Amino acid sequence: MADVLNTLNEKLKTKFGSDILSAEQLFDFPVFTVKKEKILEIIKTLKEEEGFNFLTDLTGTHYPDNKGQELGVIYHLHDMPGNRRIRLKTYASLADPKVLSLTGLFPGANWMERETFDFYGVLFTGHPNLKRILNMDEMNYFPMRREYPMEDAKRDDKDNSMFGR
Amino acid sequence: MGIDKSPTATLGNAPAGYEGPGFFATSLDKAVGMARKNSIWPLPFATSCCGIEFMATMASHYDLGRFGSERLSFSPRQADLLMVMGTIAKKMGPILRQVYEQMAEPKWVLSMGACASSGGIFDTYSVLQGIDRIMPVDVYIPGCPPRPEQVIDGLMQIQKLVENESLRRRDSEEYKKLQEKYGLN
Repeated sequence: MADVLNTLNEKLKTKFGSDILSAEQLFDFPVFTVKKEKILEIIKTLKEEEGFNFLTDLTGTHYPDNKGQELGVIYHLHDMPGNRRIRLKTYASLADPKVLSLTGLFPGANWMERETFDFYGVLFTGHPNLKRILNMDEMNYFPMRREYPMEDAKRDDKDNSMFGR
Repeated sequence: MGIDKSPTATLGNAPAGYEGPGFFATSLDKAVGMARKNSIWPLPFATSCCGIEFMATMASHYDLGRFGSERLSFSPRQADLLMVMGTIAKKMGPILRQVYEQMAEPKWVLSMGACASSGGIFDTYSVLQGIDRIMPVDVYIPGCPPRPEQVIDGLMQIQKLVENESLRRRDSEEYKKLQEKYGLN
């Protein structure tokens, strides 16, 4: 399994050089961290030249302690003919949360990017219809960011003594 | 234990009235109340697990059809009882309210399960903390999910309400105030 990591690493490094920030093997997944400006080209290369034709998942994370690189977008790609799976990570800052959209390459990325926008506030440039998908449209915050307390401290309709807190 | 061959079935209690040869006279609201309570047509607004439990209640073992609820309707215009079963998200709230508004009078609302009654264990940003935030509810059935016996008990409570409802409650002051409280006028 480390061959997948090494072969792809060589291939990507020769083509993209320093845009591949890191490559490591996490249990059974080769994981590549890349610069967000090149993510579209890298995934295009992987799709067309390496045969990674299936985007399994596209999701986001938020690490509030990584200043300048808080919002992460994680891609899981699957090479169906060759049965290889890899993970790609790219980070954006809260100040500039823009990442390129994959809808041109993978139509399935459309709703997955809408969900990532809905919950993390990552703006996908080039997305045909970037609006909230699961939450109410009037919501003015991004619920999955780690900025909010777990519970609303000012709730007065739930009696704590009844809830064992 | 053989088959019960007794010739008479157990009948419900007749309302107070005057009986004679071939006729039975009672007041109109009692007769209409009895007719209404034994023919409640529910609208199963089943969203989650409580919906599955409701399916079990409608099936042959517990059989809600015995109480007159044999014909479920998914069209609000033809339903009497809105049974809200399952977690209602805040995004679903306006839709549920529209379904309630489309129902013709007289209508009743039954909230089944913890999620519909109060948000249940989902005290989060996306779950409506009880449907009584958007519409008046007649009977709450607690449980997660409530057993079919409890659903039947809830329906029997609704039957008690239906039996004793005045014929034209939509004109009563109390009802009008309730509708205004929810902004339904």
